[in-house]
Amino acid sequence: MTLTQFVAKNTFRNRRRSILTIISIGVSLLLLTLMMTIWRAFYIDSGPPESALRLITRHRVSLTFALPMAYREKIRAIPGVVNVAPENWFGGRWKDDKPENFFPQFGTDPEEITKVYTEWKIPPDQFQAWIHDRTGALVGRTLVNKHGWKLGDRVILQGTIFPTNLELTIRAIYDTDDPNAASVMYFNQKYVYESVKYMKDQVGVFAIRVDSPEAVSRVARAVDDTFRNSPQPTKTETEKAFGLSFIAMLGNVKAFILGISLAVVFAILLVSANTMAMSIRERVREVAVLKTLGFTRGGILALFVGEAMSLALVGGILGALLATFLVRAIAESGQFFGPGLRVTFPTMLVALVVAAFVGFASAFLPSYRASSLNIAEGLRHLG
Amino acid sequence: MAIPISYNVRNLRLRLGATVMTALGIALTVAIAIFIMALLSGLQQAFMTTGNPLNVMAMRKGSDSELSSIISREQFGVIKALPGLAKNSQGDPLASGEMMVAIVLPRSDGTGETNVSVRGMSPVGFELRPEIKLLEGRWFAAGQREVVVSRSISKRFANAGMGNTLQFGKGSWTVVGIFDGAGTAHDSEIWADVNQMVTDFDRPVFSSVVMQASDAVAADALSNRLSDDQRLKLDGMSENSYFAKQTKSGAAIKFVGTLVAIIMAIGSCFAAMNTMYAAVAYRGREIATLRVLGFSRPSILTSFVLEALLISLVGGLVAVILMLPFNGLTTGTSNQVTFSEVIFQMRMTPAVIAIAMMFAAIMGVLGGVAPAWHAARQNILAALRG
Repeated sequence: MTLTQFVAKNTFRNRRRSILTIISIGVSLLLLTLMMTIWRAFYIDSGPPESALRLITRHRVSLTFALPMAYREKIRAIPGVVNVAPENWFGGRWKDDKPENFFPQFGTDPEEITKVYTEWKIPPDQFQAWIHDRTGALVGRTLVNKHGWKLGDRVILQGTIFPTNLELTIRAIYDTDDPNAASVMYFNQKYVYESVKYMKDQVGVFAIRVDSPEAVSRVARAVDDTFRNSPQPTKTETEKAFGLSFIAMLGNVKAFILGISLAVVFAILLVSANTMAMSIRERVREVAVLKTLGFTRGGILALFVGEAMSLALVGGILGALLATFLVRAIAESGQFFGPGLRVTFPTMLVALVVAAFVGFASAFLPSYRASSLNIAEGLRHLG
Repeated sequence: MAIPISYNVRNLRLRLGATVMTALGIALTVAIAIFIMALLSGLQQAFMTTGNPLNVMAMRKGSDSELSSIISREQFGVIKALPGLAKNSQGDPLASGEMMVAIVLPRSDGTGETNVSVRGMSPVGFELRPEIKLLEGRWFAAGQREVVVSRSISKRFANAGMGNTLQFGKGSWTVVGIFDGAGTAHDSEIWADVNQMVTDFDRPVFSSVVMQASDAVAADALSNRLSDDQRLKLDGMSENSYFAKQTKSGAAIKFVGTLVAIIMAIGSCFAAMNTMYAAVAYRGREIATLRVLGFSRPSILTSFVLEALLISLVGGLVAVILMLPFNGLTTGTSNQVTFSEVIFQMRMTPAVIAIAMMFAAIMGVLGGVAPAWHAARQNILAALRG
């Protein structure tokens, strides 16, 4: 019987208690991993490498104001700019108002948009079919899977912002590495311009691709300077920053995530401490025997801490694994429109470290008291 | 005969450490549930109580938001002449052509900028909303670059206090008054003169027309007439129902909040179960003695479930007390309809507290049932022998 075996046997001496503790800690760590994953996706993840070369230009005052199409060529003339594509949010209703039937739809220039979003994978024949069909649509793979569409299907969008309905035919499907990023529908904006006269040559935002990461801030400044004093001034920021501005609108998301994470860690601490205290209390006589055999105080402390940490780590692994499945399910469901939502190895590692720390901290006080017990009194203890 | 509750209370006091820790764990879960419910309750309050029942709104047919609606001046002229409109003391019809715009303002706590709604109206607009009272300063004067803001906005955004200047459109606007939004959706709005806004934003059209009917019957008739008129191509609705629809902004909070609360509840249930199992194991001989004395199995079951319930109710109470300071806290989130920030107060209503305590009770009962069952069914002789 080695020391590790001894610790392992003791960890599961009361199987029901250990399993309940593991489940409790596992569930809490699932939540913590979820929180950390969301934090990472929002604030740390920088998106696919192609995203680093993209900027979004919108009207300085509000996203609800349009920019003139004439800006496009002026932006293209700025050194460092490789491609400029307009994006017009259509906001149409498909089938009904239920949240699961909602998806982003943009009117754009089919030929140039694929040069801006270079990470899209579209089969060449489908791409040709799309650019030659004025009423054709390009749809992301995740969206297609979610609604069971296939090439050639008709999709009708009722205009809620613009007084027209669009009857689109799916001509092309794009794939991306991150399934979260493949949940948008694009179509030719000329279709909207023909139906809604007052929207002609009005653009919601411009998506810009630059030639190098160094050009990003220079181009952003240059674009805004060009239009600073015109009737429609612009605000240009990286694609990442643009996405973050929507999240910031939700409220103090950072505080919320931090608050929940703290509450969860504290709750795990309580659960683990409770279990260890119960476990140690019923073994007072055993501790006395161990001391008689020659185990030092430090040794006994290490045994108990080891037990607590093992329990917590098993719970942690369970929680992190469950979180991975949950997050993957959310990503594939297409409910969450944003790239980067996945549980990475560093995130899982952090969860395990937290688990180990909780195990350590929760066992410390009861173990210390147990290890400093007077041998004779311990042997006398009736437990 | 039932086992007296004092037995349970005394036992809880005996193993105080475990009791406290379990209760605290449940308290944390309930606290999170209260937080989410208070947020949703506040959002609900902001939208459900907005609008005068006699007020009717007209928007372009098919628009679900003032932001996306356009009404021309000609249409406004026709609307003003419709029968059933109340008149003010000067004999003018109470109809206000309004323009909704979303501008970007930085928050005063430095957490970034967000969209804020600006509602352009004519002075008639004040008469349409008598429940909104001025707290400081005065209403803006027609034709001037002046605005009035809600008290919540003056505190939440930088440079939005009395006398400050806001920058939007083609220049600066002075804040000349602060009004009390009375917990309605108007708490999230800045009001300005509609004609000034028209020139600033180059939009010679209105977003909506808000009008007051002479009585409730006329209000219904007006709504229907507006929707049915083929020339006008408008939708008429009561102001109440327009704002009530905006409660869907809370959908994201509800989803995430419910998910978090359920996950934590599962964790707490297992923790409570753990504690109760330990209690049952520790008191094996006691339980056997109770059985010998004549207490039936159901009474043992009930007793232990009650003990778990006691712990969880204490936890629930602690949570309620912990969360009380949050009651009335002003916060904001994004309104999916106006695409701007909606400011509201967190509200811990009696309903919220009741649901929270029920939540705690359910966790306690669920956590206590299995160990209690185990206690009730244990073999008396084996337990007595230890």
